[in-house]
Amino acid sequence: MNKFLLLLLLVCGSLYAQDYFPNNDDISAVSDVTRVITNAHVTTKPGVQIKNATIVIKDGKIQAIGKNIDIPSDAVIEDAQGNYIYASFIEPYADFGMREPKKAPSSRTSQYDEGRKGFYWNDHIRPEQRAMDFYEFDKKAAEKFNKAGYGTVQTHLHDGIARGNGMLVTMNLEGSDADRILQQVSGNFYSLSKSRQSNQAYPTSLMGALALLRQTHFDADWYAGGHAKTKDLSLEALNDNKDLVQIIEAGDKKNLLRVDKLGDRIGKQFIIVGGADAYEMIDDVQATNAALIVPVNFPKAYDVENPNLEWFVDLSDMRDWKQAPGNLMSLSNKGITYAITTNGLKSPDELMEQLRRAMQYGLKEEQALAALTTTPARLLKIDNQLGTLEKGKWANFIMTSGQLFEKETDLLENWVQGAKHVIKDRNKRDIDGSYTMTLDGNDYDLDIKGNGKKLTVKVDSTKLKSKISYDGDWINIVSADREEKNSFIRLLAQLDKDEQGISGTAYLFNGNEVAFKAKRQENKDKGEDDEEQDESDVSINMGRITYPNVGFGSEELPQQETILYRNATVWTNETEGILKNTDVLVKNGKISNIGNDLKAGNARVIDATGKHLTSGIVDEHSHIAIDNGVNEAGHNSTAEVTIEDVVDHEDINLYRNLAGGVTSAQLLHGSANPIGGRSAIIKLKWGYKDDEMIYDDTPKFIKFALGENVKQSRYQNGVRFPQSRMGVEQVFEDYFSRARAYADSREDADFRYDEEMETLLEILESERFVSCHSYVQSEINMLMKVAERHGFRINTFTHILEGYKVADKMAEHGAGGSTFSDWWAYKYEVNDAIPYNGAIMHSQGVTVAFNSDDAEMSRRLNQEAAKAVKYGGVSEEEAWKFVTLNPAKLLHIDDRTGSIKEGKDADLVLWNDHPLSVTARPEITMVDGIVFFDMERDARFRESIKKERQQLINEMLVAKNKGLKTQEPKKKEKTLYECETIHW
Amino acid sequence: MNAKPYTGNINTMKKLLLIICCWTVTFASAQQTPAPEQSGTYTIMNATAHIGNGEIIENSVIVIENGKISAIADATTVRMDIRGEKIDAYGMHVYPGIIAMNTTLGLVEVDAVKASDDEREMGTYNPHIRSLIAYNAESRVVESMRPNGVLMAQVAPRGGRISGMSSVVQLDAWNWEDAVIREDDGVHINWPSSFRRTGTWYNPGPIEPSKNYQKQVQELTDFLRSAKAYNTSTSNQELDLKFQALAPVVKGEKNTYFHVNGEKSIRDVLNFIDEHGISKPVLVGAREAQHLGSELARRQIPVLAGRVHDLPAREDEDYDMPYKFPKLLADQGVMVALENAGDMERHQTRNFPFYAGTVAGHGMDMEKALMMITLTPAKILGIDKDYGSLEQGKSATLFISRGNALDMRGNQLIRAFIDGRDISLESHQTELYERYMNKYGEEIKD
Repeated sequence: MNKFLLLLLLVCGSLYAQDYFPNNDDISAVSDVTRVITNAHVTTKPGVQIKNATIVIKDGKIQAIGKNIDIPSDAVIEDAQGNYIYASFIEPYADFGMREPKKAPSSRTSQYDEGRKGFYWNDHIRPEQRAMDFYEFDKKAAEKFNKAGYGTVQTHLHDGIARGNGMLVTMNLEGSDADRILQQVSGNFYSLSKSRQSNQAYPTSLMGALALLRQTHFDADWYAGGHAKTKDLSLEALNDNKDLVQIIEAGDKKNLLRVDKLGDRIGKQFIIVGGADAYEMIDDVQATNAALIVPVNFPKAYDVENPNLEWFVDLSDMRDWKQAPGNLMSLSNKGITYAITTNGLKSPDELMEQLRRAMQYGLKEEQALAALTTTPARLLKIDNQLGTLEKGKWANFIMTSGQLFEKETDLLENWVQGAKHVIKDRNKRDIDGSYTMTLDGNDYDLDIKGNGKKLTVKVDSTKLKSKISYDGDWINIVSADREEKNSFIRLLAQLDKDEQGISGTAYLFNGNEVAFKAKRQENKDKGEDDEEQDESDVSINMGRITYPNVGFGSEELPQQETILYRNATVWTNETEGILKNTDVLVKNGKISNIGNDLKAGNARVIDATGKHLTSGIVDEHSHIAIDNGVNEAGHNSTAEVTIEDVVDHEDINLYRNLAGGVTSAQLLHGSANPIGGRSAIIKLKWGYKDDEMIYDDTPKFIKFALGENVKQSRYQNGVRFPQSRMGVEQVFEDYFSRARAYADSREDADFRYDEEMETLLEILESERFVSCHSYVQSEINMLMKVAERHGFRINTFTHILEGYKVADKMAEHGAGGSTFSDWWAYKYEVNDAIPYNGAIMHSQGVTVAFNSDDAEMSRRLNQEAAKAVKYGGVSEEEAWKFVTLNPAKLLHIDDRTGSIKEGKDADLVLWNDHPLSVTARPEITMVDGIVFFDMERDARFRESIKKERQQLINEMLVAKNKGLKTQEPKKKEKTLYECETIHW
Repeated sequence: MNAKPYTGNINTMKKLLLIICCWTVTFASAQQTPAPEQSGTYTIMNATAHIGNGEIIENSVIVIENGKISAIADATTVRMDIRGEKIDAYGMHVYPGIIAMNTTLGLVEVDAVKASDDEREMGTYNPHIRSLIAYNAESRVVESMRPNGVLMAQVAPRGGRISGMSSVVQLDAWNWEDAVIREDDGVHINWPSSFRRTGTWYNPGPIEPSKNYQKQVQELTDFLRSAKAYNTSTSNQELDLKFQALAPVVKGEKNTYFHVNGEKSIRDVLNFIDEHGISKPVLVGAREAQHLGSELARRQIPVLAGRVHDLPAREDEDYDMPYKFPKLLADQGVMVALENAGDMERHQTRNFPFYAGTVAGHGMDMEKALMMITLTPAKILGIDKDYGSLEQGKSATLFISRGNALDMRGNQLIRAFIDGRDISLESHQTELYERYMNKYGEEIKD
């Protein structure tokens, strides 16, 4: 508040100086004059236009608007000359005028604790930040907004996960901040990106950011109840800002859905910034009921002239170029409320071009206008003062030479708070065109373009060097003389009253002055122009949007079928063993019948003669299909995060896994900390959404980790506890003790809900299972003892490369082992890893699985299973269970999948060969009775991808030839995660 | 939420001790003792012999004498007396020793332990660097190759524009001198990448065309030109180890391995080869080479096809591209061997037979797939006079497997020979297996 007052004091020179300010000028500013605009076609709000209307403006506001308005006698009148008027635009998501805050100095040592006292424990939660404190009017940026038609922007400091509040500023270049600052508090902002002002490690992942936002809000509620013993200025500010409009920057469509889910959990309906690709999941976006603030930075075409570079560009990126401009139309068609932001554009003046592109896809003018004016006004709750042109609202409007979104239309003026900003002088007459004149016996052709800025002069088709300037009413032309290259003719002229020509005086090179007149020609180029015009009017179809919208996605969402596999060799994984010449009927997603000569009925019959039918492969340890970080490495315990928050249903590795026969997988948190995050256990239903992939009534799992990774063995300066295996034990002891104390505090008045503790309690109460990354025998033994002391058991040791040394103990404890078939030698703790590990553990009665931890290996886990036959002589039938039934058991999904048994889910793979053979390939993979991979369909995909790529390449070449801007071919790389991947 | 950080300092002395301890533990038990030179004679009877050149003899007789295959024949048509020890391999299979190309065996013991890592030297142009002298013949990783039939390897340095010289070794030796089959067989050039990764390690950006590509190619060109000039000059000049090391390459006596991916880069390499008259080029990796297969075939440039067990390079590439890539080249007449450089490459080198098996699973004839890890690499390395196939007069470097050695289940070695030496199939890993099976009172299955 103090700063605001200070600002007010500093701006005495203001146009609208306050009455109570001392005035040391000789004449008072005449700000209170009434202005009237007449003869304008005024669009008061989208879809409502008044022809030949009058607007009366006083003190920056509209006093009257419409037809038959009484014009005050003391008014200054401006004739709009039949031009058009619209409300100025509102930018809801700017960082206009925000000073860059002090960046945290880079450091080689990780920072785990907060850097501030008196605030929240996490430096990236900064709700106490106030835009006003960072505000400094940026004239250049304001001019840009103003020129682009903006009258008002809501701005805030784009820094932090909780960013604090924003402010509302007009783009009034004539006034001062005393006029411009409409609200010093407007909106409360969040994002998923960390603050630049702190190096605090947590969160290191997207799931961490989501968990942090949840816990912050739980804590804020608790704090509001007066339970805290100390001050927390962050939580106080967060609570104070609760009634402001809550806005969060999400990013893409997946994050949009994620933050909406977050909002549901914490009882907030956010306005969500993002969703430039919302069209790809439009129904889901619609179902959120969230209002959006959508960027319009549609991708530029890729420059694919060089075929050798073309391979950089994935089909999904090519489609993105083609389809993204259709996003706004999609949103409008679904009735989704959205405002447009220029955030993400290089400059606000690109806005119109982008919107015209969007209109080619079917966006209507009034929809675009609403998204720039009325919708942002309503969303920001400032529709009582802005957004439409009505009596009592701010006189914020633009004047244009034609209908707003027409290509030929010029933006002439932007009036902000009644102050006129001329963008293009509408009184300056248009001199562009072709002229002919005769001078000194020569016939000249003049061609003026670009609003009097460009000129070509020709004599008998010979081009002469020339220059033009058009200043005020005067046209000044200098042209080389035809004969004498270094002599010039100078013309000084004006446009004729009838605009049929220009006339004036010519100063010839020989010193003579003669009067001249150049006649305007009928525009010969008009035909061409029209053609161009037509082209931008051509409507564009978005083309195929597939499930998911990448290569190998299906046009129709794959559905359940009734299928009869006829005459297969069936690996049941049940007491029946391997059945030859057997039929399996799949119905309603289940295995409905196994037998001989089953009746097909209406089933699709697949001849499986000579082929093998198995239950689908289950990968106990996978890190595919995860967005933005597999490790929340910011703390040594992160039980509050969950992979379920960040499942990426568009990862092509899902499809590749299906092609390798995988039907279920546990997507695990990484191994950066002893207590990691919760898992997502999914069925690989390619084309379906994340929550449709996650098992219904899913078993609950969490990742633990031991050894080199958690003790940061490869860090130069590790500062996080623990740094030795000894410390690892104590981390568990500490957290489990705290969880118990937490449980005991439930009845306390000051009880504070804590997602991390809740999760740990689930473990102690055996409701959540542990899958623990582990290598050497000492630590394996240790964790079993810790669990036993705390009354639960470790469900699965994963990796478990020295499991063979303690297999008897594991069997006794009841832990399973999910290991690599033959990996070793990659780190010190795998020195004693042996490929016989699986066989030895199996011999001692441990439930053994082979897992991947690797997007490549997971698609040939059948080969890995076969290694159990080679190393240790496990029988083929048992070896096969290592990648099917056993991991299903370890994941507690063996009642649904993992074997071929009537009533179980139809998660099946048809192999061309014995599944353990090196030459085996899946021909058909189904999940829940839905075929997700089929070799024949895959062949069709390949053809259609090739065709579509070629078509889009052609279109991009056309775009480039038309002179549109292009970008270099780029390849977006999804990070392939393993346990140890720390970064996003 | 915030545990107190551990702030204690380990003093230097303790650190030193720690390192020493690590070493002692790592190398406490050395590898299996290398087999002595062959003294007796062996006759392998009744096995299916996989010659390595694409052919098989279903019922074979093989005689091993003085380290060589003194006879190999079809037992159904040729009658031969058993000489020396008779090995009845009825129902089993005999293969030439598998040759793993472009490996770093013996140069690194444990990836994450820097002290055990000797696979790359600093600097950009290192033609004088020789992998052989760093090759640890007693590496535990090396001994784990033999039970899978991988008996020979090309050991190549990594890094830089010119990494250095590779050598060919057999994998049952006392030391590198003992191990070497062909010393300094060729120089390895990492062709400049035509693309670059943007962003940082913690926030990776997209892959974009490299702006430095032309400049880097020019630098390499200049270096080679200078080396040529140096080596053809007759006047006395100051000794330059790097240029001197390239003399045999310039003279066409040794292979030049171009590690290169991408159609454009491969085409640039072909031009480079022409321009500099490189007489024995080999492409390594060579993703996308299928688009110019016929040209490679016409020029008789061999390819070490990049890792079979790999992911497709692009989102919308065929899911099985790396699996079928070697066949796509071979079908066009290119001479193809396999290699597996990349993440976790060393211990996976023992999976070479299964790489070939996977290629067979994607349409290649099983015997032709075998050739890609036996005779063809031997030819590329110039050691096919002695190695790479089961032929009379060649070195008896071979193994007997219970089943199809290119299949995980069939790859069960009962005997293996290098130069006729009856080598151990035990390793640190089999020892641990036996020790713990004994502990649990279980029967050992082999």
